[in-house]
Amino acid sequence: MSGFMGHEPDGKPGQPKTVKEWVFTLDHKVIGVWYLIGAIASFIVAGLAASAMRIELGSVGPDITDNGDIYNLWLTMHGAVMILGFQIPALLGFVANWAVPIMVGGKDMAFPRVNAMSVWLLWSGILLALMNLVIPDSYNGMWTGYPPYSLTDAVGNTALYSSVVIILGMSSVFGAVNLACTVAFMRCKGMGWFQMPLTVWCVFTANVIQLIFVPVLAASVLLLSLDKYLGFGFYNPEVGGDVLLYQNLFWFYSHPAVYVILLPFMGILFEIFATSARNDVFNYKATVWSVIAFIPVSSDVWVHHAYVAGLPDWLRLLQTFTTLLISLPFGLLMLSLTGTMYRGAIRYTGPMWWAVAAFFMLIIGALTGIPNALSAVDYGISDSYVIMSHFHYVMAVSGGMAIFAGVFYWFPKLTGRMCNEMMTKLTAAGFFIGMNLVMGPLYFAGIEGMPRRYMDYQMFADNATITSAHHWSTIGLYITFVSALLMIVVWLHGAIAGEKATSANPWGSQSLEFTATAIIPGQGNFPTPVSVPEGWHPYNYIDNPAPVFEPHPGHTGGHH
Amino acid sequence: MKFKSLMHKVMGAMLALPLIPSLAHAFQAAPAHRADYNGWTPHEHYDAVWHETMLDITVLGVVFAIVTFAFMIMYRRHGHGERGKLPHLSGQAKIGWVVIPCMLFLGDDLFLYVKGFDLHNHFRNVPADATEVKLTGSMWNWNYVDVNGIDSDNELVVKQGSPVVLRMVSDDVLHSHYMNRYRVTEDLMPGRITWQWFMPDQLGESVVTCREYCGTMHSGMYGKINVLSAEDYDAYVAEQTASVPAVTGVASAATAADKI
Ligand code: HEM
Ligand SMILES: [Cu+2]
Ligand SMILES: [Cu+2]
Repeated sequence: MSGFMGHEPDGKPGQPKTVKEWVFTLDHKVIGVWYLIGAIASFIVAGLAASAMRIELGSVGPDITDNGDIYNLWLTMHGAVMILGFQIPALLGFVANWAVPIMVGGKDMAFPRVNAMSVWLLWSGILLALMNLVIPDSYNGMWTGYPPYSLTDAVGNTALYSSVVIILGMSSVFGAVNLACTVAFMRCKGMGWFQMPLTVWCVFTANVIQLIFVPVLAASVLLLSLDKYLGFGFYNPEVGGDVLLYQNLFWFYSHPAVYVILLPFMGILFEIFATSARNDVFNYKATVWSVIAFIPVSSDVWVHHAYVAGLPDWLRLLQTFTTLLISLPFGLLMLSLTGTMYRGAIRYTGPMWWAVAAFFMLIIGALTGIPNALSAVDYGISDSYVIMSHFHYVMAVSGGMAIFAGVFYWFPKLTGRMCNEMMTKLTAAGFFIGMNLVMGPLYFAGIEGMPRRYMDYQMFADNATITSAHHWSTIGLYITFVSALLMIVVWLHGAIAGEKATSANPWGSQSLEFTATAIIPGQGNFPTPVSVPEGWHPYNYIDNPAPVFEPHPGHTGGHH
Repeated sequence: MKFKSLMHKVMGAMLALPLIPSLAHAFQAAPAHRADYNGWTPHEHYDAVWHETMLDITVLGVVFAIVTFAFMIMYRRHGHGERGKLPHLSGQAKIGWVVIPCMLFLGDDLFLYVKGFDLHNHFRNVPADATEVKLTGSMWNWNYVDVNGIDSDNELVVKQGSPVVLRMVSDDVLHSHYMNRYRVTEDLMPGRITWQWFMPDQLGESVVTCREYCGTMHSGMYGKINVLSAEDYDAYVAEQTASVPAVTGVASAATAADKI
C-alpha cells in the first residue's frame, strides 16, 4: 500500500523537476515551500497596504486618498492578510511542514494527501481574499468583523469575509491534525518526547491550540453570515441577540491565536540561538513545560480585548489577573533564550542577526503588554496607538523577523545555495532600525490619545507629539520598505545565483534536518530510515552520538 | 542533607515573596485624599498608576536587555571549534530556575494588580452627587442630553468641579467614547446601556474621540468637553433653557445629517 504514503524514499537528493511534479506533489517539503510562497506573497500584498496607510498618515489631512472606504479596505486587507495569509501559514504551514517532519526523523507527514489539500485550501483562501480588491462591494469591516457594523450594508461583502475565514480555518484544522499525528507517530526510532527540538514542541502546542479554538472562530463568523443574510438574530439586539456574544466567541479564538503565532516563532529563535551559540538550551525540560503551559493559560485571557465593552466589573478584575499570569510561562521562555547564550560560543551569522533583532523587539513588545493587561489602565489606552504599537512589536515585527530569520536559516536546505551574508545582516539591521522608527514614536502618540483605525487625526492637529510621531513613523516606513525589498532581492539572488552550499550543515546545528540529510533533502528525507542512539539530544554540542541509518531501507508502507 | 533542608527553606521563602507587595498594600493606610474625589480625580490617579507601570516595565526591560547584551558580547565564539559550556543544572537548580523567576514575576504582577484594582474602583464607583448626561452615539455623531434638557451634538458643556456620569447607548453600530483628558473609554452599543464618569477639574476644552471602528467616517467622529466655571455654567444653562423650548428629535437628526 505504498500509494497511501504517496511515495517511497528514493534517497535521491534534490527538488522536483517538472511543473507537474511541483503542483501535484505529496512531499511535505515541497508543500512547505508552497506555503512559504503563499506567505511571502501575502506579506508583499499586506505590506503594500501598510505602506499606503502609513504614507496617508504621514501628515494631517489627505495625503494620497481622502476616501474613507478605500483607506478602510487597505486596513482590513492589511490586518487580515498579515495574520491569516502571512504569519500563520509561514509558521504553521512552512515551518511545520518543511522542518518538523525532518526534525523528528520522519520521512513525511502522517497524511500527505491531506497535507496537499491543506495547502491548496490556503491558496484558495488567499485568492478569495484578494478578490476583495476587485469586487464592487468590498468588505471593510476590519479583520475582527464586529457586529452590528458587519451586519449592515455599509460594510460590504460579509459573506466573503466569513468564507475566507472558514476556508483558512479548515486548512488550519486539517494541518493541525496532520502535524499532531506526525509528531506523535512519525518520530524516528529512539526519539523520545523530551528529545524533540523546541521548534517541534512549539509548533505541536500551537497546533493543539488551533484544534481547540479554530472551530469557535468558524462558528462565530458562520453565525454572522446567518444573521446578515438569513435574518437570524444571534448578534442582533433588536430580536433579542447580543452584540457582545460575537466579541466573546471571536476573542476566545483570536487571543489564543496570538500564542499560535508567538510559540512557533519563539521556537525558531531557540533553534537559531542554540545553533549559533553551540550551546544547550537553558533548562530544556522546564522550557518545554512552559510551552505546554500556554494551552491552559491562553484559554482564559480573552476578555482583556473587551475590558471597555460594557462587561461586568468582576469579570474585568478576574481576567486582569489571569491575563497577568501569562507573564510566568512567557518570562520563563525569555529567560531560557537569554540563558542559552550564557557561556555559549556565539557566531553571528546572518540568521542570528535577524534572530537577535527579533528578540529585542520581543522584549519591548512583551513589556508593553503589561499595561494593557491591567483593566483600569486599559481605560486610557484601549483601541489606541499604544495597543497598535504593542502588538506590532510583540507579534507583527518580532514574529515577522523571526520568520525571516527562519527562512535565512533553512535557506541552504531549500535551495542548496547560500544567501549573501553581508546583505543578510544589512537587511536585518535596516529592518530593525526602520521598524523601531515606525512603531516607537507611535507608542507616544498613543499615550497622547491617538486612536487606532483612523485615516486622519485633524482633532489632534495642534498636538506636536502626535503629528511629529506620525511624521517620523512614515520616515521609518521608507527605511523598512527598502530593507524588505532588499531582503526579497537577497532571497532571489541567493536562490538563483547564490554561492553553492558546500556543507549539508552550514551553521553547525545538531538537529536532524542538518546532520542526517543531503544538502537538499530528497524524497523521504533520509536515504534510509534514520534513528537516534541513546543519549542523543538536539542541543547537545559536546558529545552527541551521531544519528544511525538502517542499512536496508525496509518497505515501510505507511501503516502505523 | 543539611544543604537540602536549607534549600527547602529558601524555596519556601521564595513562595512567600509575591505576597509582600500585597501585604505592604494592606498595611498602608488609605490616603485621605482618596475618599474625596476632589482631592484626587480618577484621571490623576490614572496618571500616577501609569507612571508607576511605565517605570516598572522600563526597569525590567533595561535590566533584561543589558544582561542579554552583555552575554552577546561576552560569549562570542573565538575559535572555529569552540563550543558552548552551559553548566549542567542539578535537579534543584532546575526547579529553582523555574520557581524563583516565577515568584518574582508573580510578585510584580500582584503589585501592579493591586494598583490597578484601586484605580478600577475609582473609575467604576460613581460619586453620589454626579450629574447624569444621556449620550447617544450614531454614525457619526455624539448626542448629549443633560439634566437640564440641553441637547447638543459633539460638544458637552459641564460645570467645573462637579462630577458627571454619562449613560450611553448606540443608535446603530458600536462606538466608543474616549475623553482624552479624563483617560476613560467605554463602548456604546445598541441594546445595552453602558456608563462612564469623570471629574471636570480644569477650565477649557478637551478632545473626545471614537475608539471603536464604526465605518467610513470613524475618524471623523469627534467632539469636545467644555468645562465652564460655576457662574459661566449657570449663565450658559439659563441661556440655553430660555431660548428654545427643548430641542426635538428631528432637529438633532438634522444636525447629525449635516455632519455627514
Ligand atoms: C511591515 C511593516 C508594517 C507596517 C508599516 C504596518 C503598519 C500598520 C498600520 C499603519 C496599521 C493601522 C493602524 C491603525 O490605524 O489601527 C496597521 C494595523 C495592523 N497591522 Fe500592521 N504594519 C506592518 C506589519 C504588520 C505585520 C507583519 C503584521 C502581522 C501580523 C501586522 C498586523 C497588523 C494588524 C493585525 C493590524 C490591525 C488591523 C485592524 O485594526 O483590524 N502588521 N499596521
Ligand atoms: Cu463611532
Ligand atoms: Cu468609531
